[in-house]
Amino acid sequence: MIRVTNINKTFYLPEPMKALNNISCHIKAGEVVVIIGPSGSGKSTLLRCLNRLEKPDPGGHILIDNIDIMSPKTNINKVRAELGMVFQSFNLFPHKTVLDNINLAQIIIRKRSKADTEKRSMELLEKVGIPDKAGVYPGNLSGGQQQRVAIARALAMDPKAMLFDEPTSALDPEMIGEVLDVMKTMAREGMTMVVVTHEMGFAREVADRVIFMDNGAIIEEGTPEHFFSNPTHDRTKLFLGQIL
Amino acid sequence: MQQLSDRYSYYFWVGVFFIMMFGLLGLMYYSATNIDYVWRWYRIPQYFISNETIEIRSEIQGEVLSITEKSGMSTIVIQDEYSNDKETYTAPTKSVLISEGDFISMGDVLGTVKEVRAGIMLLGLWITLKVSIIAIIVGILIGLIGGLARISDNPALKWSAITYIELIRGSPLLVQIFIWYFVLGTLINTMLNNHGIPQVPPLWFGVAALSTFTGAYVAEMVRAGIQSIDKGQTEAARSLGLTYPQAMIHVIMPQALRRILPPLAGQFISLIKDSSLLGIIAIRELTKATREVVTSSLQPFELWFICALLYLILTFSLSMFAQYLERKAG
Repeated sequence: MIRVTNINKTFYLPEPMKALNNISCHIKAGEVVVIIGPSGSGKSTLLRCLNRLEKPDPGGHILIDNIDIMSPKTNINKVRAELGMVFQSFNLFPHKTVLDNINLAQIIIRKRSKADTEKRSMELLEKVGIPDKAGVYPGNLSGGQQQRVAIARALAMDPKAMLFDEPTSALDPEMIGEVLDVMKTMAREGMTMVVVTHEMGFAREVADRVIFMDNGAIIEEGTPEHFFSNPTHDRTKLFLGQIL
Repeated sequence: MQQLSDRYSYYFWVGVFFIMMFGLLGLMYYSATNIDYVWRWYRIPQYFISNETIEIRSEIQGEVLSITEKSGMSTIVIQDEYSNDKETYTAPTKSVLISEGDFISMGDVLGTVKEVRAGIMLLGLWITLKVSIIAIIVGILIGLIGGLARISDNPALKWSAITYIELIRGSPLLVQIFIWYFVLGTLINTMLNNHGIPQVPPLWFGVAALSTFTGAYVAEMVRAGIQSIDKGQTEAARSLGLTYPQAMIHVIMPQALRRILPPLAGQFISLIKDSSLLGIIAIRELTKATREVVTSSLQPFELWFICALLYLILTFSLSMFAQYLERKAG
């Protein structure tokens, strides 16, 4: 479903800094892949390359459902409509109500009728557990509620896969649980998910595969059982030793 | 006890303020009277509204053929004694000074009509208002386009915007007004003349000067507003699949415009005051009108106070409107 081949990314700060070093990986439909690693390892950069929020250096390929988003002929907006993204800082639209946040893309891009859109939005709000907040503005919600609205907003486009960029890193510990619950439900329902996170519990419970990155490279990949109990590389062992 | 003396202290200083204000006014009045300036406020209203008596004069020479009356108005028909053409005039019956059969010379008064006419000051106020409103609207349009061009990646758009903004912000409005009227105006009107198209009146060059001037400042405000919106907003909008224009229209611009309302209102208040410079190219806006009336009435004190007060009313109303918009926009 998502196939990454030989991706490099250099940032010019203005000195060149290699954030991704020849990355290749494959995410199958229905898989939940969790990417973990220390700060600066390139996990968020890799995730953002998948919907071209970061433009990888020329020479690699990223195939989303067999469409190469590195090709200039690709309509990136159409690809992005099939990939939902959830951000660390929620990024809800503050000038619109919760319902309008979820409605917006459906009406403009999917061109659904107002009635269908509102029905779908309310369904999603129920799914994330806050249907009563439909008419509220994002500024009046707690962090956990805002993130759940953000998830609903991304799901409203009925995407083929969901990308999560440290979704709980900006939340109070009490609210992390409610967001992870929503994500676990999505995983159970078979959504393809790529999650960058520090929540090891989530990785152990829900991930089909864990990818460990450091310094722009993938150090180790494996099932959670293999990964957490029997890591191969020393770097992985060092990292796990510090956080578990 | 402290609270009580605090309250007395507060009201004491409020009192001091009002005494100061009235003192200044009184001083002004006293010193004017001392130099034998005669205040004649009663002579001011006529420059705003007056009941003018207009004389209806005959343009030809000849005999009054008929005077027919209908509901208080008389229709007078005069036959030219040389060409036998007929001219018709209408006047209120009560004011008609001639009768049927009279011989009328050219320029003779046939009757009078009383009309309520707007005075020069009121007309000047109207011109100022008209010029300001048009310039504000066009200025916003130019500013929006300029601001968006300024942040675009396209060098043709970006560098054109930068050139425009730097040129306009770098020279005085007065000089720009002169350029619009004496340079561009001459160019355009001469070319129009050569092709037989009627000329553009100076008012529109004045409006153009004000609009392009405002547009440059508004463009920078628009740019600042857009760039002040968190990058995450654009990222969220684009990652949903919205195109750049869609993201701008639905997500970024609503937030940006709300942010720039205060400086934008300030720019338009300046515009109303800057319109006073247009008098230099023969546009009879409020300041020029006041100058003309002062020359003929020799009452500078009253008239200039009124002029300032009228500008104050205009700018204050705009300020209040801007505050209302800010409240509504949250």
